[in-house]
Amino acid sequence: MMLDRLQRLGRAGIGFFERLGRAHMFLLSTLAGVPGVLLRPSLVIKQLYMVGVLTLLIILVSGFFVGMVLGLQGYNTLSDFGAEDSLGVMVALSLVRELGPVVTALLFAGRAGSALTAEIGLMKATEQLSGMEMMAVDPMKRVIAPRFLAGFISMPMLAAIFSLVGVYGGYFVGVGLLGVDDGAFWSQMQDRVDLHDDILNGVIKSFVFGFVAVWIAVFEGYDSVPTSEGVSRATTRTVVHTSLVVLGLDFILTALMFGD
Amino acid sequence: MRNTRFIEIAVGLFIAAGMAALFLLAMQVSNLSRAGSGESYTITATFENIGGLKVRSPVTVSGVRVGRVDAIDYDNEAFEAVVTLRIDKAYSSFPEDTSASIYTSGLLGEQYIGLEPGGSEANLVEGDRIQMTQSALVMEQVVGQFLYNAAGKSDE
Repeated sequence: MMLDRLQRLGRAGIGFFERLGRAHMFLLSTLAGVPGVLLRPSLVIKQLYMVGVLTLLIILVSGFFVGMVLGLQGYNTLSDFGAEDSLGVMVALSLVRELGPVVTALLFAGRAGSALTAEIGLMKATEQLSGMEMMAVDPMKRVIAPRFLAGFISMPMLAAIFSLVGVYGGYFVGVGLLGVDDGAFWSQMQDRVDLHDDILNGVIKSFVFGFVAVWIAVFEGYDSVPTSEGVSRATTRTVVHTSLVVLGLDFILTALMFGD
Repeated sequence: MRNTRFIEIAVGLFIAAGMAALFLLAMQVSNLSRAGSGESYTITATFENIGGLKVRSPVTVSGVRVGRVDAIDYDNEAFEAVVTLRIDKAYSSFPEDTSASIYTSGLLGEQYIGLEPGGSEANLVEGDRIQMTQSALVMEQVVGQFLYNAAGKSDE
């Protein structure tokens, strides 16, 4: 009885590490396929459209609304201390350091990551991937690597657009509706937001999140059980795992970057 | 699937927008546009108490920002704080007897260093030390002083 439970725990543990190992081997062969893809940019451009351009709308709308909420909430809190002139700093720092990369990564997992997983999973289920192998076309190079590269490129762009639109959302609410001084909003922001410490670290974060999000998405698709149930499970796992990993990594990166 | 030309134009726009967003974040939101010429020199000043002064706090003259606090150290022998100020090269003609004080912007605002130029002929150069300094006003001390004085008066 006791031993049975122990065995089940052991099996789960071994399964976990097996999967982790497969994910890393998969990552290695994906990265090995990336240089070959650069010679055929048309594959990447098509994926950039699917992964990046089609995600743009949700990023623009959410960015604007997140910025507006920050402006509204920040104003309510800051005006208690007579510090509403610092609204620009608050909005910009929250967006550039945290919300930009994190919320973009979460939206990216929901909009683009799930689509990637489902597409690759269905390719596997309908044996298109094995078909390619039969024709001596390496699916890692033809299918996986372009999607990986497109996701990796898109994420930082989307995060930057999110942050910028968010700052203007905060500006719209703070300056346009609530009457914060226009000059103070921008000048305090420019005074306190540092190019290296804040913006660059935010961009590094978005690169890391993009890498992890797209890695999970393509791996879950490639590793899915080739049935309709398996694909649906893989798609769910993509969104759940990406969200957890991104939030966890965000804490670690924040502690490393802004800790002192 | 739409045609290739449309997709390529859309991707081009997307990448251009991403680059533009990064560029605008750097120029509009961060301090890049106010970094000045980049050339600067450092002078030091010692204070008995720096209050809440921090690295990167502004250094101003007549309210104009001319540099920032580069480093804050503690002198073990003089028991004083040593503040290194990094001043833009554009503002390089401060007389030797310039004095430095620590002020607070607003009632609860951040603290900054204000320089008041003196009348000397010679100018401060790289590595020089400001002789006349005035420490930060620590709120507890001010309130304590006030209460002490008030108590003293009521005794009379």
